[in-house]
Amino acid sequence: MEKKEVIVPIGPYHPLLEEPEFFKLFCEGEKVVGIDWIAGYNHRGIEKISEGKSYDQVPFLVERICGICSTSHPLAYVNAVENLVGLEIPERAKYIRTFIAEMERIHSHLLWVGLAGHFLGYNTVFMWAWKWREPTLDIMELVTGNRGNYGIMCPGGVRRDMSEEDFPFVQSKLDDIKTKVEMLTKAVLDDPVLLARLKGVGILTAQDIHNYGAVGPVARASGVAIDVRRDDPYAAYNMLDWEMVVVTEGDMLARAKVRLLEIFQSIKIVEQCMARLKEIKGDIVVKVREVPPGEGIGHAEAPRGECFHYVRSDGTNRPIRHKIRAPSYVCIPTFEKSVVGGQIADALICLAGVDPCYCCTERLSAVAENGKTLDGETLLRLSVEKTEALKAKGTPV
Amino acid sequence: MDIFYFLIFPGFLFAALVGLVFTWVDRKVTARLQWRVGPPFLQPFYDFGKLLSKEITVPKQGERISFLLAPFLGLLATALVATILGFSIVFPARGFIGDLIVVLYLLIIPSLAIIIGGFAAANPLSSIGASREMKMIMAYELPFILAILVPVIKSDYSVNINLIMLSQQQHGATAGSLSGFIAFIVCLLVVQAKLALPPFDIPEAETELMAGPCIEYSGGLLALFKLTRAMLLFLLPLFLVILFFGGISVSGWHLLAGILKIVLVLVIIVIIKNTNPRLRIDQALRFFWVNCTLLSILAILLAYLGL
Repeated sequence: MEKKEVIVPIGPYHPLLEEPEFFKLFCEGEKVVGIDWIAGYNHRGIEKISEGKSYDQVPFLVERICGICSTSHPLAYVNAVENLVGLEIPERAKYIRTFIAEMERIHSHLLWVGLAGHFLGYNTVFMWAWKWREPTLDIMELVTGNRGNYGIMCPGGVRRDMSEEDFPFVQSKLDDIKTKVEMLTKAVLDDPVLLARLKGVGILTAQDIHNYGAVGPVARASGVAIDVRRDDPYAAYNMLDWEMVVVTEGDMLARAKVRLLEIFQSIKIVEQCMARLKEIKGDIVVKVREVPPGEGIGHAEAPRGECFHYVRSDGTNRPIRHKIRAPSYVCIPTFEKSVVGGQIADALICLAGVDPCYCCTERLSAVAENGKTLDGETLLRLSVEKTEALKAKGTPV
Repeated sequence: MDIFYFLIFPGFLFAALVGLVFTWVDRKVTARLQWRVGPPFLQPFYDFGKLLSKEITVPKQGERISFLLAPFLGLLATALVATILGFSIVFPARGFIGDLIVVLYLLIIPSLAIIIGGFAAANPLSSIGASREMKMIMAYELPFILAILVPVIKSDYSVNINLIMLSQQQHGATAGSLSGFIAFIVCLLVVQAKLALPPFDIPEAETELMAGPCIEYSGGLLALFKLTRAMLLFLLPLFLVILFFGGISVSGWHLLAGILKIVLVLVIIVIIKNTNPRLRIDQALRFFWVNCTLLSILAILLAYLGL
């Protein structure tokens, strides 16, 4: 008897996804036998817009790529520009950048824990994790003036200095977060029902990680020790004492573990940053007078993995090419390995497990017709032709 | 007169009103557990009224008649359960031998209605939800019936709800004995599954199947499903209280104590709901067939021995 496949659509609008995205799960009964990913619902042409902005304006633009990791993109971008110019930034600015980046990691990981709970139908964890995430936003508001997009990175340093008077408040909030996350970690690792849902689900081996080129917590949960903060240190990471969290199991539980344990490392880094910022005085920014022709690359370890920016300059005050690769872009293809063969219920937590961020990912949309990819000029020609045809008919355009 | 009993008290209208109040309790307790404020008292009524005023859409490829009739089927069965349970408390004389068995049958019908509606909608997500609901019925019915044998044995083999209640009022609540307590735990978990609450909200799995069987329902039909669920949220705890906690007698303080008992069972259900993630369908199946069935068999043996 021939088995009949059913397509279970996850998306384009689905409670599992915070953003529009489309996964087709090919299922036989409850078993997933195949997956297809259709992207392009979120394309906003950021790279193209970036070519029309001056170097100082671009951080504000790339910050708006993603609301969750809104400082990783500017950080990677300023790293790229500084790499292009060959600039060394003041030490104080380095620590401030590290502080912001790590606070963002804390908030992003707590956000993920909450969402993962929600996807498992555990709404209490969702609400609690998000409540405990609030102090990080308060800290950000105090330090940068914003709760969401911090607007603090600029080529050559940071825009806003930190005041020592704020540190006691920050410290008290951090202590608060620490005790709460300790409790949460214990609760997650002890709950038999959660373990039943997470353990041994969506396993990715180290070989799979290499094959797909996955990065970030997903790779570190499979025993692949990659972290831009250690492998190619930027900001102040090589001057601080911290450890990379690596777990070898490669299942969903390991991914949750890596993220929860990274919160503690981030708290440790933030505390060290505050201690160093009390000692180091001086400028927070070096004026970038001129950007010479050439190319620069910069990356930053976003909460989801390596975020990569490439900038090319022709000597004017605007980049002529700005290429962005977000971590989710390389993590999403691993679904082929982790989802297929499992049940629908497991598939969905696997989709959430890499913490995919679709608005980060979609830099390019290719339009295909009859199996042939259409390029920009063809699309423009087609569009003009259609307009002409409509005009000829006399239909209002 | 019978039609009054069925439609007004203790049947449909009474159960519906109390059920909606109980959903408010559920939502309020849930909200407090999650550090939220929770809805105002009349919110479930507003929601119901709003749904009634919305348009009803029927999927083009769906099975029209069964799609439209399924919600009524569930509601009628639930109202009948309300009438029978209400009779056993308010008018004991109107009870009949075997009404316990009738109630057990009627309690399956809301789930069957959901299955019929889910398959009739011809949506892949609702079909998966309906097939999961089917597996869940097969999973929990066996331990449920086995566990309910315990109060039957305890009340000297009577299958009349009123007699079970009276025997407890003379000899103490069933849940007070070891076997009764084990049976109560099993029944509580089954009730959790019957109400499709976490950890057994597998057929509806909001973040997987987007409400599963109910996905294509809208407007008044969805309101009927919600109302059925609300009535069950009142009737199932009431049923547990009748079987295991000596039921309710309608005289003075006893009535208040009875209401407290029901609310207590409800709050336990809400707490279980809020402290567990959703299980996978195979895990739920194994849980009911192995753990719960063995527990209920143990309870029956203990009850047989008089423990």
